[in-house]
Amino acid sequence: MNGRLGGWLRGRLGLDVFTHLAEKKEVPVHKHSFWYYWGGMTLFLFGVQVGTGILLLLYYRASADEAYESVRFIMTQVHFGWLIRSIHSWSANLMVGAAMVHMFSVFLMKGYRAPREATWFSGMALLGLALAFGFSGYLLPWNQLAFFATKVGTDITGDLPLLGPFLKRFLLGGEQITGGTLTRFYGFHVAVLPAITTALLGLHLYLVQFHGMSVPPSVEAAGGPRRSLKFVPEFLLRDSVGWLAALGVLGLLAALFPWELGLKADPYVPAPPGIRPEWYFGWMFQTLRVLPAHVLGFEGEFLGIIAIGLAAAVWLLVPLLDDPLGRDRRARLWTAVGWLAIAYVVILTGLSYR
Amino acid sequence: MRRRSFLDWLVGIFGTALAALVAYPVARFLVPPKIPEATTRRVLAAQPDELAPGAFKIFPFGSRAGILIRDADGGYRALSAECTHLACTVQYRKESHSIWCACHNGVYDVEGRNVSGPPPRPLEKWVVHVTAEGVVVELGARA
Repeated sequence: MNGRLGGWLRGRLGLDVFTHLAEKKEVPVHKHSFWYYWGGMTLFLFGVQVGTGILLLLYYRASADEAYESVRFIMTQVHFGWLIRSIHSWSANLMVGAAMVHMFSVFLMKGYRAPREATWFSGMALLGLALAFGFSGYLLPWNQLAFFATKVGTDITGDLPLLGPFLKRFLLGGEQITGGTLTRFYGFHVAVLPAITTALLGLHLYLVQFHGMSVPPSVEAAGGPRRSLKFVPEFLLRDSVGWLAALGVLGLLAALFPWELGLKADPYVPAPPGIRPEWYFGWMFQTLRVLPAHVLGFEGEFLGIIAIGLAAAVWLLVPLLDDPLGRDRRARLWTAVGWLAIAYVVILTGLSYR
Repeated sequence: MRRRSFLDWLVGIFGTALAALVAYPVARFLVPPKIPEATTRRVLAAQPDELAPGAFKIFPFGSRAGILIRDADGGYRALSAECTHLACTVQYRKESHSIWCACHNGVYDVEGRNVSGPPPRPLEKWVVHVTAEGVVVELGARA
């Protein structure tokens, strides 16, 4: 940013603040540095979602009579419509995957320790938003799979104690899944969730910037990282290699496995065999499938939902429960909990495909 | 009280009142209105010869879904088609003469009793009348 135009822009836009920040930001280098790339990867895929999502908005029609037909129109008539929609669907899945890798690696590297509790909380909220995006977006093509996935998902909400029935009605916009539900989910998907996400993402990125990158306890104990990379341009260039690869993978997946549309939703056909939710809900799906009808006098589904809720709450609160230094017995216990959680999610997700 | 803190209080109170004034209608707007619905007690579920023995259909029963099964001997049975586990729509399986939910592999017998898998309760059983106009299903006996 030199020359007259550069100087003019610097003065008008206050660019020095950003130049200063960019120069200051560094990324520690140690044997676990690989995991630092996954937050950026999630962010990149989110960008892809925003871009392809805006494009889809130009043709999509949110009503029970037209939604399915408009998505079919996108897939069959619009130039590269199949590509844009398939990338949107694939990128959604990869984004949740990247976010989960990011979360589990932060958990195992104990990046949530003081003073980064709020970073962890905002990250968990963002993951919740990503799942909400996935759940609301899943209904929009108005196909059979979407219809029953939404039915099961909202019925689970209805089983929550106290607020459940209210929340279910709030989500559905009534007692049953109707065109009204579709409009509502569409509103959540393209307006409400993006607005909340923008604010939270801003907070999350600000906190990462403010606290700097966390270093795992093992590296801290060994006297801290020996070396660091400048974020601009060294780390960013490495980041962009990953992003480029992700873009290639997305194109490949979309071309080889274009996202299916299935049959149009009809409230008066049975749930089709082989129905399942998106893979990232698979472990919860499998948990609810294997629980018997009654456990200790409670309905199995109710107990399952409560157990998953409690586990999520404990997971969320780990920054307050773990040892701040990350070295004593308590810290080892939480590391074990992290590995157990990964094993549970991986194994049950696998089983849900049987 | 000093004038300054009095004004602070006043601004606080008016500010809160204003926020509540905006938030209340927004919150009420977000909650869908309850639409009173006539309770359906009786529907025409199928035409006289619509179902062959061993076949089934899902039919609308008010805002709910019902399943009408025709037995091998020609008789009919009607039940709620909403799985008692997580509300998916069930289907009849001729080979095993049972009712099955594809979502989480719940199985009921044709009387609607939950036999295996996660369903915690039986399906609601309805009464069938075969009339000249067709197969009529009515609320009534429960399983």
